[in-house]
Amino acid sequence: MTTALRRLLGLSGIRVSRVAVSVALGALTVLFGVGLMATAGYLISRAAERPAVLSLTTAIVAVRFFGLARPLARYVERLWSHDLAFRALGNVRARFYARIEPLAPAGLAAFRSGDLTTRMIGDVDALQGLYLRGLGPPLVALAAGAVCVGTAAAFLPAAGLVLAAGLVLGGVVVPLVAGRLGGVAGRRQATARGELTSEIVELLRAAPELAVYGAEEPTLERIRSADRELSRLARRDALAGGLGDALSILVAGLTVAGVLAVSVAAHAAGSLDRVLVAMLALLALASFEAVAALPAAARELSGTLGSGRRVLELVDREPTVGDPTAPLDPPTGSSVALENVTAGYASAAAPVLSDFDLNLEPGRRVALVGPSGVGKTTVANLLLRFLDPTGGRVALDNHDLREYRQEDVRATFALAGQEAHVFDSTIRANLLLARPDATEADLQLALRRAHLEAWVESLPEGLDTLVGEDGSKLSGGQRQRLTLARALLSDAPVLVLDEPTAHLDPETAAAVIDEAFAAAGDRTVLLITHREEGLDLVDEVVAVDAA
Amino acid sequence: MAAFDRRLLQRAREARTALAADAVLGTVAALLVLAQAVLLAHVAASSFDGASLHAVLLPLALLCGVVCARAAAAWGFEVVGRRAAGRILSRLRLDLVERRLRGEPASRDGAESSELAALAVTGVDALETTFARYLPQVVLAVIVPIAVLALVASIDLVSAGIMLLTLPLVPVFMWLIGRYTENRARERWEALTILAHHFADVVRGLPTLRAFNRAHAQADQIDLVSDQYRTATMGTLRVAFLSGTVLELAATIAVALVAVTVGVRLTEGGLGFEAGLTVLVLAPELYLPLRNLAAQFHASADGAAVAGRLLDLTAAPPEPAIRTPGHRAPDLRTATIRLEQVTFRYPGRPSPALEDIELELEAGESVALVGPSGAGKSTVASLLLRLAEPTEGRLLVGGIDFSAFEAETWRRQLAWLPQRPTMLRGTVAENILLADPEATFERVQAAAALADADGFVEALPEGYETVVGDGGRPLSAGQIRRLALARTFLRDAPLVILDEPTAHLDPQSAAHVAAAIEGYRGRCTMLLISHSSELAARCDRVVRIEDGKTVRALMEAVA
Repeated sequence: MTTALRRLLGLSGIRVSRVAVSVALGALTVLFGVGLMATAGYLISRAAERPAVLSLTTAIVAVRFFGLARPLARYVERLWSHDLAFRALGNVRARFYARIEPLAPAGLAAFRSGDLTTRMIGDVDALQGLYLRGLGPPLVALAAGAVCVGTAAAFLPAAGLVLAAGLVLGGVVVPLVAGRLGGVAGRRQATARGELTSEIVELLRAAPELAVYGAEEPTLERIRSADRELSRLARRDALAGGLGDALSILVAGLTVAGVLAVSVAAHAAGSLDRVLVAMLALLALASFEAVAALPAAARELSGTLGSGRRVLELVDREPTVGDPTAPLDPPTGSSVALENVTAGYASAAAPVLSDFDLNLEPGRRVALVGPSGVGKTTVANLLLRFLDPTGGRVALDNHDLREYRQEDVRATFALAGQEAHVFDSTIRANLLLARPDATEADLQLALRRAHLEAWVESLPEGLDTLVGEDGSKLSGGQRQRLTLARALLSDAPVLVLDEPTAHLDPETAAAVIDEAFAAAGDRTVLLITHREEGLDLVDEVVAVDAA
Repeated sequence: MAAFDRRLLQRAREARTALAADAVLGTVAALLVLAQAVLLAHVAASSFDGASLHAVLLPLALLCGVVCARAAAAWGFEVVGRRAAGRILSRLRLDLVERRLRGEPASRDGAESSELAALAVTGVDALETTFARYLPQVVLAVIVPIAVLALVASIDLVSAGIMLLTLPLVPVFMWLIGRYTENRARERWEALTILAHHFADVVRGLPTLRAFNRAHAQADQIDLVSDQYRTATMGTLRVAFLSGTVLELAATIAVALVAVTVGVRLTEGGLGFEAGLTVLVLAPELYLPLRNLAAQFHASADGAAVAGRLLDLTAAPPEPAIRTPGHRAPDLRTATIRLEQVTFRYPGRPSPALEDIELELEAGESVALVGPSGAGKSTVASLLLRLAEPTEGRLLVGGIDFSAFEAETWRRQLAWLPQRPTMLRGTVAENILLADPEATFERVQAAAALADADGFVEALPEGYETVVGDGGRPLSAGQIRRLALARTFLRDAPLVILDEPTAHLDPQSAAHVAAAIEGYRGRCTMLLISHSSELAARCDRVVRIEDGKTVRALMEAVA
């Protein structure tokens, strides 16, 4: 548990000084509250001895000060600690991204997409509670509790002892019990939540088919059972949470009674002034605020650690490809060859490609065809070095890809087609991805060569038109042409057209392919397709057979 | 105080007994706190007057008893509250999903499946605080201050007067600031949705980003977006926390005022010590339920923001006209289907997807629907499947208007291959059986063979028992298509609608499928949507659609 916690804190990159300020503010808030009740108790007890009002001035000023200072301290503390939590969340998100970035796409294939979403969004979000409700409260409790015990002990050592015992019970034992009971349910809840999300996403995606086949019921039943499981765990968590509350009340109440008892006894024995009895009791009563948040903190911590572990599981996956220690200079030529390549994915036993050869001389146009399956996409993954071959080598400018920096390899290729993602943003943003410093004229030229210029001009918002989730607001042909325009904008010498005619009718498909080859100019083109269009435009057709 | 959505209260009715029990438990716990205060002050005052420990043993023992009872009541309060909330939430979640599923699945109202799933799980959970804590706390916030004031007044009227003076300020501040917070919380929820969407889009597009060497640059973008989110949220919190602070200030000032006035009156001899001490110990309890309510209010404000969206979606038109009860659809083995002057508009789009469409499907004939992408071919399928209702015009089956009979009795008679079929998580066999759960394994195999799927399925290590779908064994688009086709064939329905059956298939598979479809022709009425002229040519008739309008039949019966 502690290693996971330490690693998660490392991932959040919070500065120690910020934590210290937050803890100090939290402790002051508690202590001002304790001060208010204790001085008020003293004030009333002293007043009951009917002294001159003037002699109460100090106590009256103290009561007023604590009354004003406490809400202010609380306000500043809450702002400060929330800011801290959000900073931590931002850091976690960015660092998390940096870690999974080298994994995509080959390293993430083993997760269900709904589950992956929960891990990446929900679990990462849940980590914001790590400091706010998990780590802060124990530190505050320690600081404030120590001051309370010290003060009580200064007046009556026995009262200090009873209070110390009560605070340790309420601040350590009770949270541990509550945390242990809630922890298991909390972890399972995170899992159950991911499961339920997956089921719902799947059901909604398949909704029309399920409606037509009248098969809603069995699928709904799966959701109901996932929901029942989540509800069951939530109920168990409630039992544990309620138990924590109950034990806290019990410990606090009995401690106050204990402090009261030893004070009464000390006063009867003459070792304690009578004005201090009520003061000590009220001090003890108020000081339990220091540990009040701890059972919830323990539960939060174990729940958050469940989320945290799921995040770490992703973060811990080692990228299968890396940069060499002494990389070659960027390639000057662009001849590419797969030589005797065998390749596959860790999740599958059999290789997808074996002893495969492919030659892409500069300026050559090659089509990769074959039955539906993963072989063709694997070639693209190998070229872009998302995947390393298990046998043979992929050569660029006569050197193994593994001898170059990954960025230099990828700068050689520009990807277009169905497999290229279209981001839910503007046309402009999608294009600029390929070359962020492109001028307006560059963009126009790329659009013209992809036969999109007239269409973009006809749009009221032009280049700033939003394209929707994965280009959902574009027609199939427009989407393919947009990815082509983006690829043309980059300076890469090799154009990879991965399924550029998917989802297109034959006329549109033929037009898109013709235009793509015309626009490619003297670049090397690798066309990956399962269709006939464009095969007459290439120099060579290579078939990928099932391995 | 709060602008609380009435519809949420209606939801709460489902667990009203549990919620009422919860409020009672909470009230008992609060009254025990008052008893505790009285006993504590009594013991301290007795000691002040010189009593020995022995003399106060009975009140001390009573104090311990009260503490135990309080603990038990508090436990019950938490457990009962959460159970009640759990029941309501689970209901809400299932309603949302079911409503979505049984409504018009083809007409979207802007909520995408990932957003819906987030709402149904995380969004619904955000309402737990609302039901488990906030609602019972509302009752406590009314009952407890009255009890405290009554008790204090019975001891010392002046202190009760001081408390009464500060009390009305509290709800006023809470109301003012609470309202403001709610709007901000709604904005924050939207920001959160956008943020989640952005992050998901970036992660889905990672391979592309990496291919263009832009993955590193996106890390900065994520940092930037997170930072904007933090700034926006902190803005909300600065205001949200202010109301809590105002409340707490009122509470601490009142305690200080009571302490100081009681102190001064004690020196004058106008009040006894025990009375004064009891009032002081009771003073913070007056504000505690209100402060708890404020804390829950801010926590449940997030929930309320989600709730609006959630309730909008569950309260959508209850049951669309699509489900007219009573009448059974005519037997499609003999009935003719006619689309008369049918127009269809997607909500929010200016131009219709279909305009004045005329189409006739005679029992047993096969018709190919051809035309360029986006011409409206799949929309015709959606209408026939009753996944959407025509905006204008009529659909007649055997001369009877389509809306006159139950969707189920109609759908039972058809099979459909969608353009992008979905594999559910489960085995290959289960996925095919979706079309007819009663079918024998032999029939599943036969259907797979007919769709040319038997070869690759049998080559899988676990054959028909291989788990596919999300998280299962990945399948290529062509493989998914063939399994879905097997599903369609297993149905053995009188009307079969095939939307692009050979797209994404290699020529050999496509030929197999075309042959299978050819073998099927005549066994049922068939509407074939296709780009493939070869496939279309095998049908009895070819109808062309362009720009949502029918262009008359191009080719007359081949058979």
